[in-house]
Amino acid sequence: MKRLLILGGGTAGTMVANRLSRMLDSSEWRITVVDRSQTHYYQPGFLFIPFGLYTKQDVIKPSRNLFAPGVEFLPATVDVIDTERRQVHLSEPARTLSYDFLVIATGAHIRPDQTPGLLEHEWRRSIHEFYTLEGALALADRLRRWKGGRLVVNVVDNPIKCPVAPLEFLMLADWFFREQGIRERVELTYVTPLSGAFTKPIAAQRLGHLLEEKGIHVVPDFMVERVDPDAKKLIAYDEQEVEYDLLVTVPLNMGDEAIARSGLGDVLNFVPVDKHTFVSPKHPEVFALGDAAALPTSKAGSVAHFAAECFVENFVRYVDGLEMLHKFDGHANCFIESGFGKALLIDFNYDVEPLPGRYPLPGIGPLTLLEESEANHWGKLLFRWVYWHVLLKGESLPLPALMSMAGKWTNGKGGRRYEHVAA
Amino acid sequence: MTTKVLEGYTVEVNEEGFLLSPEQWNEDIARAIAREEGIEELTPQHWQVIRWCRENAVNGRSPTLRQITAGTGLSTKELFALFPKGPAKKVARIAGLGKPEGCV
Repeated sequence: MKRLLILGGGTAGTMVANRLSRMLDSSEWRITVVDRSQTHYYQPGFLFIPFGLYTKQDVIKPSRNLFAPGVEFLPATVDVIDTERRQVHLSEPARTLSYDFLVIATGAHIRPDQTPGLLEHEWRRSIHEFYTLEGALALADRLRRWKGGRLVVNVVDNPIKCPVAPLEFLMLADWFFREQGIRERVELTYVTPLSGAFTKPIAAQRLGHLLEEKGIHVVPDFMVERVDPDAKKLIAYDEQEVEYDLLVTVPLNMGDEAIARSGLGDVLNFVPVDKHTFVSPKHPEVFALGDAAALPTSKAGSVAHFAAECFVENFVRYVDGLEMLHKFDGHANCFIESGFGKALLIDFNYDVEPLPGRYPLPGIGPLTLLEESEANHWGKLLFRWVYWHVLLKGESLPLPALMSMAGKWTNGKGGRRYEHVAA
Repeated sequence: MTTKVLEGYTVEVNEEGFLLSPEQWNEDIARAIAREEGIEELTPQHWQVIRWCRENAVNGRSPTLRQITAGTGLSTKELFALFPKGPAKKVARIAGLGKPEGCV
């Protein structure tokens, strides 16, 4: 009996377990998933909670119910991975599991402890976050009672999970405070370590106006060193300061501490793996998928989904000593809520930046790429159902895992040619 | 995409003056870009950071500030002193690597 051990029962871990339980012979393979949480979170839904659009019940399900019958689910904390002996030591309950193949899908977590001033007496009072369920619920409570002032959204450093979420938060906040009738008493500011809210040329050109129209200020090139919770200001390494009344921080994102304890991670505890096949360059029986992997693409559920599809096809060949034929391209596909019942959609990969066009049917859509539409908003809302009922179960969507250029406009309106994607 | 002549070498650059191909980089070019960034002389400490970034670039992307501090042993404050106002971006440009960017 061979064992495939999957650490993490999030998007990537659950999809891989359920798909492989159908593809591998159950008389030869034992598939075990370990996760410290017995609750599965629909993380994209956290964004809607602060604005009262989703409740707690919309974003949680018991993990146990999400696995196929052939998958063994073990609630436990990963202590350390011993790649020499091919064993994983667990705590709570203490136990050692051996593996033939290991998939690390332990995700990324926010680390407010890494920035002085965040996790002190003002945490969840004038300093909030929306990357955990508790944080999103606390922020919802705060926003309902808020009378206005300076709301600042600060990204501490990249990479972060769902890199567009801070922008979505600000655009939804613009809508929310208008609905509340207090928009004129609210100042919205985005403070980012990058050179702007949009850094890719075509997205910057097409979307740059959006934030301006919504009255959202941008402070670029701001690398926060610490927060002064009493004076209520962000202080950068170069002494720049930004004052706030309500801070919504996107703290530093890091991989699981077990990765660091096992000596498998980079400085942020993300696991370096081959960007096309997810195999570790040091340990040929170890893979990392989803947010846990150090890959030059977004940390997003869509990436985990497309990566999982490529991975399972490769894995059933790899275990028989065959070449991995499916080369992952870094494909990501993300809705961006822009408020007032509209959203944008972006579709990109390692090599192709987000482009305008129609998706998934070229010329038809119904979804619009790099352009606001109501169809995109409905797509984003419908996606929650698709996530729980189709994706996690390991069923296929009629969408290709690899990015397609069909439907994308490589010629701008007015004959302007986007040369760098012409190849 | 445009080309630019630096110290007699013709290189391809984007609108912000970042080299498009890390292979076109050399130390003379680094000195020329550094002067454009207001750094008149590259000290051994500057070179330590530049070399570390080039050695640890993945797919032509410069490491993040946190990776640079962990890898070189220099503090973030020291990096800001060496490369004022946005060291991650400045080092990337001087080292001939891509600009730190997001997904959109």
